[in-house]
Order: sequence, then structure tokens, then C-alpha cells
Amino acid sequence: MGRARTIARRSFLIGSAAILGGVAFGAYFVSRPTPNPLLDGLAEGEAALTPFVRITPDGITLIVPRADVGQGIASTQAMLIAEELDIDPRTGTLDPGQPHQAYFNGIIAAESMPFPAWEHGAVANTVRDVMMNVARLTGSQFTGGSSSVADLHETLRRAGATARETLKAAASARTGVPRADLRTEDGHVLLPDGTRIAYIELAAEAAAIEPVTNVTLRPASDWTRLGKPYQRLDIVAKSTGTQEYGIDVVLPGMLHATVRANPGRGGAMASYSADAALAMQGVRSVVTVNEGLAVSADNTWFAFQAAQALVVEWVPPDYPASSTEMWQALSDARTDEFRNSRLRDDGDVEATLAAASVIDAEYRAPFLAHAALEPLSATVLVEADRVQIWTATQIPAVVRDAAVALTGLDPSQVTLHVLPAGGSFGRRLDHDYVVQAIQIAATMPGTPIKTTWSREEDMTHDYPRPLHMAVGRGAVGNGRVLAYDLDSISPSLISSWFGRIFIVPPGPDTMLVWGAFDQPYAIPNYRVTGYAAPPMMPVGSWRSPGACSNSFFHESFLSELIHAAGADPLEERLRLIADSDSRRVLEAVGEMSNWAGADIGPGRGRGIAFAHTHGVPVAEVIDVTMTDRGIRIDEVWIAADCGTVFDPVNAEAQLTGAAIFGLGHAMNCELTYEGHAVQQTNFDAFEGMRLHQTPQFHTRLLGRAERVRGLGEPATAPAAPALADAIFAATGERLREMPFSKSVDFA
Amino acid sequence: MDLTINGTSHTVDLPDDMPLLWALRDGLNITSVKYGCGIAQCGACTVHIGGEAVRSCQVALADVWGEITTIEGLGTPEALHAVQEAWIEHQVAQCGYCQSGQILQAADLLARNPEPTDDDIDAVMSGNLCRCGTYPRIRAAVHAAASAMREV
Repeated sequence: MGRARTIARRSFLIGSAAILGGVAFGAYFVSRPTPNPLLDGLAEGEAALTPFVRITPDGITLIVPRADVGQGIASTQAMLIAEELDIDPRTGTLDPGQPHQAYFNGIIAAESMPFPAWEHGAVANTVRDVMMNVARLTGSQFTGGSSSVADLHETLRRAGATARETLKAAASARTGVPRADLRTEDGHVLLPDGTRIAYIELAAEAAAIEPVTNVTLRPASDWTRLGKPYQRLDIVAKSTGTQEYGIDVVLPGMLHATVRANPGRGGAMASYSADAALAMQGVRSVVTVNEGLAVSADNTWFAFQAAQALVVEWVPPDYPASSTEMWQALSDARTDEFRNSRLRDDGDVEATLAAASVIDAEYRAPFLAHAALEPLSATVLVEADRVQIWTATQIPAVVRDAAVALTGLDPSQVTLHVLPAGGSFGRRLDHDYVVQAIQIAATMPGTPIKTTWSREEDMTHDYPRPLHMAVGRGAVGNGRVLAYDLDSISPSLISSWFGRIFIVPPGPDTMLVWGAFDQPYAIPNYRVTGYAAPPMMPVGSWRSPGACSNSFFHESFLSELIHAAGADPLEERLRLIADSDSRRVLEAVGEMSNWAGADIGPGRGRGIAFAHTHGVPVAEVIDVTMTDRGIRIDEVWIAADCGTVFDPVNAEAQLTGAAIFGLGHAMNCELTYEGHAVQQTNFDAFEGMRLHQTPQFHTRLLGRAERVRGLGEPATAPAAPALADAIFAATGERLREMPFSKSVDFA
Repeated sequence: MDLTINGTSHTVDLPDDMPLLWALRDGLNITSVKYGCGIAQCGACTVHIGGEAVRSCQVALADVWGEITTIEGLGTPEALHAVQEAWIEHQVAQCGYCQSGQILQAADLLARNPEPTDDDIDAVMSGNLCRCGTYPRIRAAVHAAASAMREV
């Protein structure tokens, strides 16, 4: 039976995870405390009471190791520390720190195991615990998977409390007043007689004593900042042009470079001539780098012009050259040979379908670019005994290791200045642009060089969201969904991406079926099978990877079955879901939108979708109207539950932003290929959503779920299927391929 | 080449056909003016020339026809423009990369149309792309700034 097969597969994974933890590190290493990187390099009179708080006579620095790519996590991290430390976070300095084991991301490793996020049985939780330790020991530090708050909310509050109690202990030692009689407020220790001692005056004394780690975290009812509307710490800078991004670095004597790479990503370079480029104004050099050539010049414009003047003969890569051939390769991969997982197999799908009238449908999701508004950029200064890198990255440890490999220097000689990113959406989980920048700078030791990709290069050499297709087969009876079988087919994202930045983990590619196998429906006969098509061009992690396509397939097909059964889309979903967190968001979105079915009048339509991704159940309802200029999205209702909300203003922004990201691309965007080259190279052909298409949003966060989770991605996945469902309600046409603009016009 | 930027004169020694965007960013280190697309599709490079919002990636240096205002000339953290105040009050920015251009475009809109409708805002602001999807707050902030400016 399917259940036994599922368990056997999981047993294999548990074994391999445990071996990795045990063999590589041993029991001693596993139990050893994680060291504090801030203790190296402290001057006399400075204190690093935890890996997250540094106090000197000049001020307080909060280490915020998760990268801010726009999701506001720098601010949230600081607020989490400040709540327990009792400082106004605006008075502290935020520093992303250097990559270090202390800043490992445990949740992301745990949640990538092949268990639905809502399953908390003993086996699932044991595997998650093992993977948390693997992540801790390997120092796997990265920002992604909506994991930052989930992973760090307790760690950061504990860091704040540890620093606070240690400062009180130092004040106690100085004054003789017992620590229990001391209070803290706004960066000061308060004595019972009203005397105030500034934290920064206590730095030297606090550094000399053992940190107080036996701390109790304050209950939510005592919070003064967390959970309440507050101002993002970067909001003034970002409203006045004073925020410095990775692309804005200016260093004395700096040169400007750009890259021209093979438009068929992965193909080699047969030959080139740089004569014309080198003869152009302001051009300093042309050098070979990974994937192509780089031009350095006196300014970026000169470099861009010269890059176009390079004459290059490219070697085509060895995967299919056109979108048509790529879709064919995907269709051809739906065979046993390419079967990668069957992580959901309940009841007996085959027998049920054999005895029923089968409903079937095929769905497609295209390649998509990340296209963060800030093009990829990195500034590097290579010197004899040091390399410095200024860039925006989600994988600082990988960048540091690349610098070590490229320069032969020691990790301690690499300094990383991680700067805020002008967007990412998963793109900065790769470091190809930094590698090239290091290669360029290494040819001119002593000269800082800023490498900037043109928008065309950024689009052409993205690691795009993989194209993805699915075939659904199902059956209904007595007004209910009886059988649901989904085959999900895509090149393996895990193999491609992990292969570039880490190692390919054993076991099935769970991301290939995220948003499908892990949905909390109790359909009596229910099966999800993943097929890993042969690799094409390298692909990457795009906001809500896997689920951004699978949720469209999964929810759309479920809607088709519910419609065929004659059931109500909301009621039937509620009937099929037992998970209480998931039921509550569906009930909430129904209440918010005054749900009374999909029919909301002539020329209009209402759609619904639900997804459980990144540990967060999200339900969305969308209303559309047919106008003489095309379909207009009127309103969107979003209900979600990420547990405790620390940063409510930003949480709302993440819900609406993620939904807009999902909607805009579902409506308007695709990357297509001819002769291995991307045909959409700028925002004239790939624009996502613009203001005039933006609907009105209504959001609600329930705050009931037990586990704290992040919101950068979860509202993305259900947006596309909810819109397709609304369009079906309005037009009777079921859109099964994104972008929808291939089939309908939007106002 | 002489340029007046935010009331200050600058001299740059750069080719006539170089886009103003790159003269500002790389020639004068005014990095609040952002490169996003280079083809007038995103609006991140928006500046005012002679009080009018334009895409600096499309203006050749030799064609600059008036005084340039970048966001620093609109307002500073210590002395905010009404549009910036509204942007802060509504916490519009996520990554923030497009917001200097959005704010300069909105300031131009409100200078010409003190009481814009949603349609007016859509028509003028749809040329400014925001990949994070801050549009609902942009709309709210433009209305808020319009109200604030009418009360002054």
C-alpha cells in the first residue's frame, strides 16, 4: 500500500540525516555550545554578551544576520532583541555581521523534510530536530523560505534578555545592589534610588563577567513594542533617498565593470575579440570570467557600451533550445523513469478512477524571472592579504567560501559588507554575480571594482523559476470529491540550485511537489506524484518555490472537481479539511468577503483558493468584473495564520505584496526561449503588476496558530488559482495555463 | 558640462550622449537616482528637470534643459516634503529601491493636480514599477499627501 511505501522512503531519509549528523560531527560536537563570533576582535572595554549584541563605550550594535531584501527583516530582528534589551532600537546600530555558525538557519532545514508542515507526529518532529542540528553544525546561514522570524524570534529575544541581565549583573557588582532589585529602561540600568547607569558605561564591566544565560522571556502581555504598530527602522531612509543599497557603493579610485555572458546559459565561449571594446572611451580592461567576459571602465555606462561591442562566438548549451521543445521534454518525463516522489498516497486512487467517470485536465506554469528592481551588483577590493566584498546576498557564508576559493586567502581574511537589497524574490540565494565580481577585482589588486549587470543581463542570466506542468485526474460523486490524482512535472529545482551552492541532498525533491503533496485535505482517494524532468537551463528558487506553480495546479483542479460535483467551493474545502488552523482561515475569509458562492452577479465572478505553505495556512477570495477594456480585479480578501505577529504593519505589507507578486506574474509574465536565449529581456516585456491593475485588499491575521511562522511568501501561492477561479466564475472559461494574458485581456 | 542639481552647480566632464542617470550616479555619486531598466519602463531613475518628472535614463547629458531636482532636493530626513511625510506615515517602502522615483513622480502629480482621483493616480503612477507590490500604500499615501498639501 501507499502508506507503507511512504514510510519506507521517510525511513531512508531519517537514516541519512542521522548519519550526516553523527559521522560528521560526533556526539561531543553536537552538544557543544555554538561559539560567539563577536568575541574575536573586541577592544578593551567592549562587550559582546551574545552573538547578537555588542556594547562599546560609543554605542550599542545589534547583529541582524538575516538579509533584508525588502521584507523588513532587519527591523524585525532589531525589534525582537530590543524588546528584551530595553532599548529604543533607533538608538542602536544594525549590523548584518560576518557569516558564522552562530547565525545558522535551523527551521529551513527542518521544514524541507518530506512532511507536510501541519503534521506533527513523532517521526516528523524527530527528523526536524535532527535537521535543526545538522544546520547548526554546518553553520548553514541563509535567508529564505519565510524562515527568519520562525527561526530566530526566540533566539533574538533570548539574546536581548541575556544582554540585559548581564548588564544588570555588572551594575550589581558595581553598586552592591542585588540584581533582583535592579530594573532596566531605555538603555539604562535603574537603581532603586532612581540612579540611572547607561548600558554603554557598563560595557567593560559586563565584558569581564560570565553572561547571565538563565533568563525568562517576557510574556506577550508585557511587550511594549512587539505586536504593536511601529515604524520600520529603514522607512525614513527609504523615503528620502538616503538608504544605501549594494549597487550604490562608492569607494575612492573605484572602477565600474559589467559582464557579458552566453545568452544560452551554461554554454561555453568558443572565441572572442575585445579589440573594438578596448578602443572605446574609458575602457580599462576586458577579462574572462565565469560564463563569459567582463569589461571594466571609468563608469558603468562606458562598461555597458563596451560590453555590446565585444565580438563573441558562443557555444550553445546541450539542453532543448526553444520553449516548444522544453514543454515537450516535460510532457515526455511523465514516466516511471523520471518518477521522483509519491509523498501523498491515500486510499485507492486507481480503483476509484477505474469505477468512475474520470475528469482530467492539464496545467502549465512558465519560466519566470526574479527581476528584482535593483540589478545584480557587487563591489570587490582584492588586496595581498585581504578581500572585501560589498553586496546584497542571502547566502553570506557561501559568498565567503567562494572568495576563499577564488583568492586562496583564509576565511578570516574575507570581510563581507552585506547591504540591503533592492528586492530579491529568491535571486540572491545564488552568488554567480559575486563570483564574477571577485574574478574581475582579482585581476586588479588594490583597485575596488563595482560590477553591475545591465537589466538585459539580469533577465537573460537569471536562474528562473522552472517551467512546471501537471496532469490531474479525478472523480466526484454524491456532491463530493471522491478521488484526486495529480502528477507534477518539472526539472528538479533542488538538484539545480543546491548543486550550485551546497550539495544535492539525498531523497526526493520535496520542493518539486510543495504546495501539492502537503495540503491538508482529507480526500478519501488522494495521490500526488512528482516527476523530475531532465535538467534544462539552471533554475532557481522563486518566491514560494514549487508552491507558486503547484498551488495553481492543485487548487485549480480541486475547484474543477468541486464544480463538477456541484458543491460550494468554500463549503467543500471546509468539509475536506480537518486541520483547525486551516479551517479557521477559510472560515475567516468567508466571513470577511460575505461568501455566498461564486456567483456575484452578471459580468462578475468570485474565486477562492487555499494553500498551506511555509507552515502558514492562507485563504484568498478574489472578485473580478468584466469591463470593456478587459477583466478587472476589484477586491482581494486574504486570511492567514502565522501564529504570533510581531510586526503587524509589515506583516500586512508582506501579505498584500506577496499576493500582488503572485497575481501580477500569473496575469502578465512569462519567459520564453528561442535558440536558448530568453526573449523577454526588460520590463517592456516582463512587468508584473502595475498600479492601474492593483485591486483593493482586505487582510486578516488570525494569530491563533501555535507555531510562529514567516509571511514573505505564503500569500503568493493561492493568488493565481483564486484569480483563475474568479475568471471561471465570470466567464465560464477555466484558465489552465499561466500567464492568463495568453487567454484573456486584463483592464 | 555644467549642471544645476538641487540648487548647486556641478561640472562634469562626460560625453554629450551619456544618459543623465549615469552622470548623476557614477559622475557625481548621487546614488539616490536608481538604475532599474535603462529604457524608461520602470521609473526608478525619475528626477525633476525644470520641475517636471522625467526618466533620467532617457535624457542625454547635452539635452538637459533646466535645473535638476533629485529626492534630496525635494526633502531631507530633517525637513521632509509632504509626499515623503505621507510615504513614512503609510510605511510604503518595502525594498524601497523604486521609492525615490515614486515620490518624485507623485510630487509632480500633486503639483499639477492637487486633488487627484484614483484614476488620475493610476494614469500618472503606473509608469513607476514596484516589484515588491507596495501599490495599495502608494495610492493611500498620494491621497494623504494631497490632503496635507491642500491644508497648508
